[in-house]
Amino acid sequence: MFEYTTPLIGGLLIGATAVALLYLLGRIAGIAGIVWGAVSAQPDNAWRWLFIVGLLLGPVLYHLLSGVPNPAPSALPWWQAVAGGLLVGFGVKLGSGCTSGHGVCGIGRLSPRSLVATITFMATGIVTVYVIRHLLERLL
Amino acid sequence: MKAIVGLLCGLVFGVGLAMSGMTDTAKVLGFLDVTGHWVPDLAFVMGGAVLVTLIAFRFVLKLQRPLLNPRFYLPGTTVIDGRLLGGAAIFGIGWGVYGYCPGPAISALTYLDSKTAMFVAAMLVGMALANKAAPGR
Repeated sequence: MFEYTTPLIGGLLIGATAVALLYLLGRIAGIAGIVWGAVSAQPDNAWRWLFIVGLLLGPVLYHLLSGVPNPAPSALPWWQAVAGGLLVGFGVKLGSGCTSGHGVCGIGRLSPRSLVATITFMATGIVTVYVIRHLLERLL
Repeated sequence: MKAIVGLLCGLVFGVGLAMSGMTDTAKVLGFLDVTGHWVPDLAFVMGGAVLVTLIAFRFVLKLQRPLLNPRFYLPGTTVIDGRLLGGAAIFGIGWGVYGYCPGPAISALTYLDSKTAMFVAAMLVGMALANKAAPGR
């Protein structure tokens, strides 16, 4: 048994935000691109920093109003967080986008690049979890 | 006005991430674990979001310009090359290693787990390294 209504509504909200940002500012709601633009001091940057502020406030508001508790902290070791963060940052910058930029916005505008990127990162994500959870843990 | 749009869009995006379960690494890793106890919930997040953009982007991109800016800022590249594939592949590996992609990692900072801060700091370092190794785009 699984819960699909809140993920679906969450997804619809994310999609609606991407539409609003494109309609109002002409910008792609790709978080990797917004964060890189913010830290690398691109021109016309205020909206990016405030988007990031909103990204931080959103979950606080959601958990407060819904009463749904914060997710449990990850049980994985700190070095896995560092390794994961390095790879994610390097990969999204090199590949020009993440789950939101390629997955939500790129596919939304029928970009073949984004479709290929999304299939690629889904595939390597699945293989990585398989290797860590099912191969390595059997060996160790 | 543009700043307010940024804030509100970020806020709703953050609500969507928390609501959908993307800020829960256990859920994300369960979703990617297709050969184990697969948690299919998160397919609905991407499905719901893409459903909206697929329909509404068609109409928005037919406009001459966005409401508050002189033009649309869309990616100029259309080539599918090693850089795109390599970057996406490395990103996917990192996603599978810890369970965060960039948006949820930033949103989850407010849960005040020091490992999330380490993830985000490492992510920024990774971005800077990639920018140094392969500038442009």
